Amino acid sequence: MSDTLVDYDDAVSRYDPALGLEVHVELGTATKMFCGCTTAFGAEPNTQTCPTCLGLPGSMPVANRTAVESAIRIGLALGCSISEDCRFARKNYFYPDMPKNFQTSQYDEPIAFDGFLDVDVPLEGGGTETVRVEIERAHMEEDTGKSLHVGTSGRIHGADYSLVDYNRAGIPLIEIVTRPVTGLGARAPEVARAYVAQLRDLIVALGVSDARMDQGSIRADVNLSLAPAGSGTLGTRTETKNVNSLRSVERAVRYEVGRHAAVLDAGEKVFQETRHWHEDTGITTAGREKSDADDYRYFPEPDLVPVAPSREWVEELRGTLPEPPNVRRARLQEAWGFSELEMRDTVGAGALDLIEQTVADGAAPQAARKWWLGELARRANDAGTELVDLAVTPADVARVQALVEEGTVNDKLARQVLEGVLAGEGTPDEVVAARGLAVVSDDGALSAAVDEAIAANPDVADKIRDGKVAAAGALIGAVMKQMKGQADAARVRELILEKLS
Amino acid sequence: MNDVRRTAAEAADALAAGETTSVALTQAHLDRIAEVDGAVHAFLHVDAEGALAAAEESDRRRASGAPASPLDGVPVAVKDVLATRGQPTTCGSKVLEGWVPPYDATVVTLLREAGLPILGKTNMDEFAMGSSTEHSAYGPTRNPWDLGRVPGGSGGGSAAAVAAFEAPLALGTDTGGSIRQPGALTGTVGVKPTYGGVSRYGLVAMANSLDQVGPVTRTVLDSALLHEVIGGHDPRDSTSLPDPVGGLVEAARRGAAGDLTGLKVGKIAELRGEGYQDGVEERFEDSLALLEKAGAEVIEVACPSFVHALAAYYLIMPSEASSNLARFDAMRYGLRVPPDGVDDPSAEQVMRASREAGFGDEVKRRIILGTFALSAGYVDAFYGKGQKVRTLIQRDFAAAWAQVDVLVSPTSPSTAFPIGEKQHDPRSMYLNDVATVPANLAGVPGISVPNGLHDGLPVGFQVLAPRQADDRLYRVGAALESLLEQQWGGPLLSQAPALEGASA
Ligand SMILES: [Zn+2]
Repeated sequence: MSDTLVDYDDAVSRYDPALGLEVHVELGTATKMFCGCTTAFGAEPNTQTCPTCLGLPGSMPVANRTAVESAIRIGLALGCSISEDCRFARKNYFYPDMPKNFQTSQYDEPIAFDGFLDVDVPLEGGGTETVRVEIERAHMEEDTGKSLHVGTSGRIHGADYSLVDYNRAGIPLIEIVTRPVTGLGARAPEVARAYVAQLRDLIVALGVSDARMDQGSIRADVNLSLAPAGSGTLGTRTETKNVNSLRSVERAVRYEVGRHAAVLDAGEKVFQETRHWHEDTGITTAGREKSDADDYRYFPEPDLVPVAPSREWVEELRGTLPEPPNVRRARLQEAWGFSELEMRDTVGAGALDLIEQTVADGAAPQAARKWWLGELARRANDAGTELVDLAVTPADVARVQALVEEGTVNDKLARQVLEGVLAGEGTPDEVVAARGLAVVSDDGALSAAVDEAIAANPDVADKIRDGKVAAAGALIGAVMKQMKGQADAARVRELILEKLS
Repeated sequence: MNDVRRTAAEAADALAAGETTSVALTQAHLDRIAEVDGAVHAFLHVDAEGALAAAEESDRRRASGAPASPLDGVPVAVKDVLATRGQPTTCGSKVLEGWVPPYDATVVTLLREAGLPILGKTNMDEFAMGSSTEHSAYGPTRNPWDLGRVPGGSGGGSAAAVAAFEAPLALGTDTGGSIRQPGALTGTVGVKPTYGGVSRYGLVAMANSLDQVGPVTRTVLDSALLHEVIGGHDPRDSTSLPDPVGGLVEAARRGAAGDLTGLKVGKIAELRGEGYQDGVEERFEDSLALLEKAGAEVIEVACPSFVHALAAYYLIMPSEASSNLARFDAMRYGLRVPPDGVDDPSAEQVMRASREAGFGDEVKRRIILGTFALSAGYVDAFYGKGQKVRTLIQRDFAAAWAQVDVLVSPTSPSTAFPIGEKQHDPRSMYLNDVATVPANLAGVPGISVPNGLHDGLPVGFQVLAPRQADDRLYRVGAALESLLEQQWGGPLLSQAPALEGASA
């Protein structure tokens, strides 16, 4: 069953969208939220468990201090107040991937509250507009186990059986909840995307999580509602889950705007429900109906003492906050002399840190940008991976650029050097040596090749002798071909012009 | 001397003097269990092999001159609500039939490290919910004073085991009186330590904010000895106190001299009168007179909120319990029952059928109560109000400590009642806890000391002290015990009838 959708522009001309985002960040602590089990990603199922994260009778939780520290740092980076005394709470509901059938979370006493994030939203035609997104709260909780539904459907309904991996159960999560963001009009989808992107950058800069959307270490739930334009009210919202890329955040908002508008246009009521986002088809489908009837029977977790961070500790942590990513970006853009567009592409490709490091390793900013956003971006794309996961370091890239500037290799050879590095053949210098990639700058060999090319192309040679220097290109091409590309084109040109002057 | 009649302190002395061995002592208790437990049913599981192996180790340590603790080699019984690695832990429930924990509760680890052979696991009301041990899914425990009567609960198994000389020491847990009330009904000593004084890690929680592990013994000194073994901070229990509550054995020894000069004792005005048997009140007055004779000053103290304690307890406890018991869903461990007449049942259907079959009526009653008390729209009126009363009770205690050193009351309003009498009358069953729950709601320590008989059945005297002043329980308890034993010419338990076919 497919939903009826109203054309997006039409929808936002008649309805005001209100946006709310709940972002779950899996912290990169060495151990789980309430036990000593390791959190490493990708281990064999159910090998990283203990009585506590399996919820065995009699087991007890103990809060992970590093996770609390991370939560406080996230809160501070978002301009939040940090609670002086807050409790964990039990969120009671039955689900097979929840070992205790309650999730240890926080309810009315979050560790951080009342903050904001100033989001730089790119404007069409360059520049950015800053939108302030208010943060209601950031709280600590534990992740659930992971269900695997085996069968043709891949979903719980119609599965032959289901398996549960409890390695993920108890991994620390921070849930960051915004207040409703209104007044965005048609720009709601972009703002949603920019918010999640900037929040992710902030989390990475804090060093508290790798914030990989593709691995689920940062997950967004998108709340959306529509109200008649200009009414100043809030409509009934839906909560779209499973939105696991920045692009999907934008698309999911756009989709729900069109769907809500169609429901409202038909004079019907929007169901308050959970929707599931489908990356492949770009649509949402109805999930569990969510209503006020949902009763989690929250109460304070009696097995954990309240978290009471001293003001000294909070101030100490405030001192460890990194430069805010948008401030840093502005600083780097100016230092590197990048255009707005270049900077946006750099950030979009996840190349900011890589370029910064490459520059630190000696490359010029534009050269560093050219390599990362050109050749390497192409290779990452081919391999279906992220730039940061390529087997090449900023130091390698800086060295390749240095080899170009020294004249040891030309651009074409440099790409081959990178290919060798990516293939694990060693450092750029080792690849040059092993593959014999250095350009021939020995004038004897070059001179012979030039003489050969002149002899083979007498008409071109005549044109050059007549002062048509532009014709030299054809001879350079012939020489380069002869030398299998391993020649310094500039030197070849010099030799040709010398010989024919 | 017959090994099973020794107190733990006497047994420890005998071991130190080489008059017996841990193997002999342990075997004597295993023999006693074999002899009388068919009638008493204090144990759900006996681990003869493990206990004897531990006893052999103990004897080796002693032979090499390096006992692990003052109680090294003295056997102990453990309430079946505490996780024991490799040994069944059922909590008296069908839901956990056959479950063998892969880990030890911290208190069990401490027993092992101190060298106490663990005889087995003792019977209890299912998930510690009850005051008679009749709610055990494995059948009731019988009171050694009268096999037709209950031993109290929920820790009736531990109390009866100690009273029947099947173990010199036992561990119990006390959420609303489950150590102290069985102590009173079986003529034994039971201590609920300060909340946080003993680790709860590995205690299958009924109500986490109220539960506490404590000693069950025949003498006050033995409780102090065991308390010092199990007490102290545990990094696995974040609610455990940073510093151990110490000086307990010393306080018990000092108290036994019978001098209470300068001690101010408050008798709680609200824990008297209606609902208390005349004989219980009489024994209480007799004991107060003894304390005064020993130099204590006794005054009456008002604790007006205590009259609401039981109501608050029956909101807070089921709330926490309803959440704790949610994990029994037939997914990972424990009973799994397929629903009747359903092909390819869903996880939810299996869970429903298993919980229906696995939990007893009292457990279901409390799950329903607690779920209701936490529900949206009711949570403020029920769970929330319970917590407010709890605060008032804490204030009553705080006001009392400004006037007196300890508070006293009868432990239980009545002596042991016949099996079956209250099983189907929850409200009259709940009244058994009326004098004991205030201590749990405030986290203060309490002791029950046997203080005589009423119609041939034991009566208990309760002493309460401020948080972390557990030593006062031992001082006063030991004083009263020694003064009473002078009157009786020996321990109260020597007046208990011999059990059928028993040679002890
Ligand atoms: Zn674990």
